[in-house]
Amino acid sequence: MSSLRDDARRGLSDIWPAMLAAVPIGLLFGALAAGKGLSPLETMLMSTLVFAGGAQFAAIELWATPAPVSALVFSTLLINARHVLMSASLVPKLQGFSRMQTLVGLYYMADENWALAEKRARTHALTPAYWFGMVVPFVACWIATSTLGAVVGAALGDPRRFGADFAFTALFIALVAAFWKGRVTFWTVAAAGTASALTYRLIGPPWHVLAGALCGLGAAWIAAGGATPEPSKPEPLQR
Amino acid sequence: MTLDAQTLLAILGMAIATYATRIAGLALAGRLDLSPRAQAAFDAIPPAVLIAVIAPSALATGWAETAAAALAALAATRLPLLGVVAVGVVAVVGFRALI
Repeated sequence: MSSLRDDARRGLSDIWPAMLAAVPIGLLFGALAAGKGLSPLETMLMSTLVFAGGAQFAAIELWATPAPVSALVFSTLLINARHVLMSASLVPKLQGFSRMQTLVGLYYMADENWALAEKRARTHALTPAYWFGMVVPFVACWIATSTLGAVVGAALGDPRRFGADFAFTALFIALVAAFWKGRVTFWTVAAAGTASALTYRLIGPPWHVLAGALCGLGAAWIAAGGATPEPSKPEPLQR
Repeated sequence: MTLDAQTLLAILGMAIATYATRIAGLALAGRLDLSPRAQAAFDAIPPAVLIAVIAPSALATGWAETAAAALAALAATRLPLLGVVAVGVVAVVGFRALI
């Protein structure tokens, strides 16, 4: 019984730095959502049901009235495609989880708690108490800050006045830096940016997302072809 | 407190799409063996999508936005997430005033 409480506390103490970092991001998300006309209730629902920072920011960037449902779902699917690999790697480590705990637990698998769980699994068995000790406060924090951001943001008015409309662009540039893997990423970014901007100008939204993403993937495929024997090997040594 | 039907539909669609990617690992676990090239393309999905989303705002809006994006990219090599956002926002306000 006490180990259950210990594991939950361990989860909380591992997640809190990520939680703290998410506070301003959540506020920013809510404010931008309000700027695009989402009500605080709609913002709260999105954060509760979707809980995927990158996809939610992209959705707000694409948002229009009425909501372009298929473009939003498609962009969400593309941005979250990485979760397929993440969960494939995590699932074998969820031995102590019941079927229900696995299904509920995976609903809120995000980059941060996934990475922490993978790290924990190297030295300890992953327990549901640890997982939910991380996930519950992290999710609650994201819902609370994004809803608060939507309430406050609506009162602030036009985000363009403070350059807040550009916050997405800067945030995404920072996120791309976090995914940076050298030469392959460079060609990915160059191809995706060029194709997206051209498609936006010549054909119009929301097709720029698909065109840019596919050209980026193609560029990564081509760029990785020249150097395939090397990069796959040194990786286990670094980690 | 308003809740638009079309907005609710979009949110539910996004939620289902996200959950699908998160439980896909249940079916794939232990069976996934990507070639290094396919792995590289898979790894490139997040940056490719992120850039595809912001390219119109960074490259096809105006010189102020393009210059601010370049400055944010420079900042991204040194600063944490929020530092980059701060640099980008301050830069775009400054460049819009100048240009």
